Amino acid sequence: MFIRLSFILLLSWSTYANAAVIDDVLASYTAAGAGNFSASNGEALWNKDFPDPKSPGKVRNCSTCHGKDLSANGKHAKTGKVIDPLAPSAKSDRFTDKKFIEKWFKRNCKWVLGRKCTAQEKGDFLTYLRDK
Amino acid sequence: MKFSHLFFLLLVLTFAQIANAGRGVAPVNNELYKEECSACHMAYQPGLLPARSWKKMLNNLANHFGENAELDEQDQKSILDYALKNAADFSNYKRSRKIMRSLSTRDTPLRITNVPYIIRKHDELSNRHVRDNPEVKHLSRCEACHTKVETGSFSEREIKIPGFGRWED
Repeated sequence: MFIRLSFILLLSWSTYANAAVIDDVLASYTAAGAGNFSASNGEALWNKDFPDPKSPGKVRNCSTCHGKDLSANGKHAKTGKVIDPLAPSAKSDRFTDKKFIEKWFKRNCKWVLGRKCTAQEKGDFLTYLRDK
Repeated sequence: MKFSHLFFLLLVLTFAQIANAGRGVAPVNNELYKEECSACHMAYQPGLLPARSWKKMLNNLANHFGENAELDEQDQKSILDYALKNAADFSNYKRSRKIMRSLSTRDTPLRITNVPYIIRKHDELSNRHVRDNPEVKHLSRCEACHTKVETGSFSEREIKIPGFGRWED
C-alpha cells in the first residue's frame, strides 16, 4: 500500500514538475513575442522534411534520430547511440530542465532546419510534445 | 636527514608512482564532462588525446565533426578545463603515455582513431569486424568491443567483438 501510494505520489509529482517547467519555458517564448502555441503546427514542423546539406537528395527531419514512435527509443543518426523516448508518458523526466530543453532545441534545430528555431516554433513543438 | 633516509624515501616514492600509474587511461571522474560528452557518444577519456587536441576540438563545438554540439559558455569552459588537465600529456596511465609517444609534437589529431598508436593497435581488424558489423560500424565506438571501457581499461582479455566473440592476437 505504502509503495503504491508513494509511486502514485512520485508519478503525479513528476507530471507536475514537467508541466511547471514547460509552462515556464512557454512563458519565456510569450515574453519574446510568440503566442497562441499550436500542437498541430508543432506536429507539422515535426514531420517536415528538410534537405540534408551533406547528402544531396536525402532529407532530415526530427524522426531521423528520434524515430517515428515518440514513446519508443530513438537512435543517433551518426553515432548509433540510443536516445531515450521523447514522450513524457514514456520518460517521466522529459522537459523537466529548462537549460536542457534550450540546449537541444539549439543543436537540433540547426541540424534539421539548418538554423535556430524561432520562439513560436519552439513553443509549437513543446505544445505538441507535452501530451505525448 | 641522513643520505640513507633520503634514498629510502625516494625509493618508496618511485614505487608509489609506479603503483599509481594505471594500465589503461584514467577513468572520467567529472560529472559534467560525463553527462555532456556521453549525450551522443561514449564519453571519451581525456587521456586519449593530447591537450592541444582537446583545446582545438572543444573550442569548436558548433562544428563537432559536422554536428552541432554547442554548450553554454560556462559548461564549455569547465569541460575544456577538465579535458586539458587530464589530457594524455599529463597522465601516467600506460595507454596515455603510449598515445603520446606515437605522436610527433606537430600532430594535433582531432579523432582518436587518427592517433598512430590507436591505428596500430587495430590494424589486424578487417571490415567484417568493424565497418560491416552492424553492432560496431565504426572504430570510434570503443564500447562496442571494449567491455570495460568505462573504467578506462582497454585490456585485450576484455575485448568481445559482437558476432565474433573474444579477440586474441
